[in-house]
Amino acid sequence: MEISTEEVKSVSVMAVSGRVDSATAPDLETSLKKLVEAEKTQIVLDLKNVEYMSSAGLRAMVSTLKAVKRVNGDLRLASPSPRVEEVLRLAGLTSIFSIHPNRDEAVASF
Amino acid sequence: MERKLSVPGRYDRLEQICDFVVQAATEAGLSDADASRCQLAVDEACTNIIEHGYGGENRGRIEIICEGADGEMTITIQDWAKRFDPSSVPEPKLSATVEDMGIGGLGIYFMRQVMDAVEFSYENGSNKLVLVKRREE
Repeated sequence: MEISTEEVKSVSVMAVSGRVDSATAPDLETSLKKLVEAEKTQIVLDLKNVEYMSSAGLRAMVSTLKAVKRVNGDLRLASPSPRVEEVLRLAGLTSIFSIHPNRDEAVASF
Repeated sequence: MERKLSVPGRYDRLEQICDFVVQAATEAGLSDADASRCQLAVDEACTNIIEHGYGGENRGRIEIICEGADGEMTITIQDWAKRFDPSSVPEPKLSATVEDMGIGGLGIYFMRQVMDAVEFSYENGSNKLVLVKRREE
């Protein structure tokens, strides 16, 4: 799994690629936590290049969403693949997260 | 077709396990989407074995056997951790709001959602999980 982050206007865009499973999800959670600690609480998680995600990845995303919602921020998702979207749907998360077809639309939604 | 993989219980082996399962599923004639569902079920099962069964990494082995043909695959996952009682795992708390959401217990829930059969047993000192996936006609 690889993670890169850039600032677009007032939004932090974190692009993730590869597999997000129990081996890699802690790194994702740590990276997201660092953003929140730096008071960057308007976040887009670009999932375009995530080939696989297990419940470990969902846990990292949900715990971050809880943290940013407490300070009126949001974690929005961009470009999940059909496989990742299925996992989100199975967990009932498609109604919890704001999900956008691409990162530009996700950024513009803030 | 029967394939067998035996690995130490470590999270960095999940990718190897998943690759093994996807390849077996494809050879058994399952679709890419169903192979991916098998991958999810096995990943969740092995994560639970490492985290809850063995209580951490490098504490025991996990053995996976894939048997399949003609669009049906049976995956048997065996471990030698403490006895697992699936009825002890609470249902995940799926909720309409993130504040109320508890996301524990998703692993078994996912297995039951994506596989056609999920059966846990314990015999001769080992836990055995049998997962079955059939191609939709």
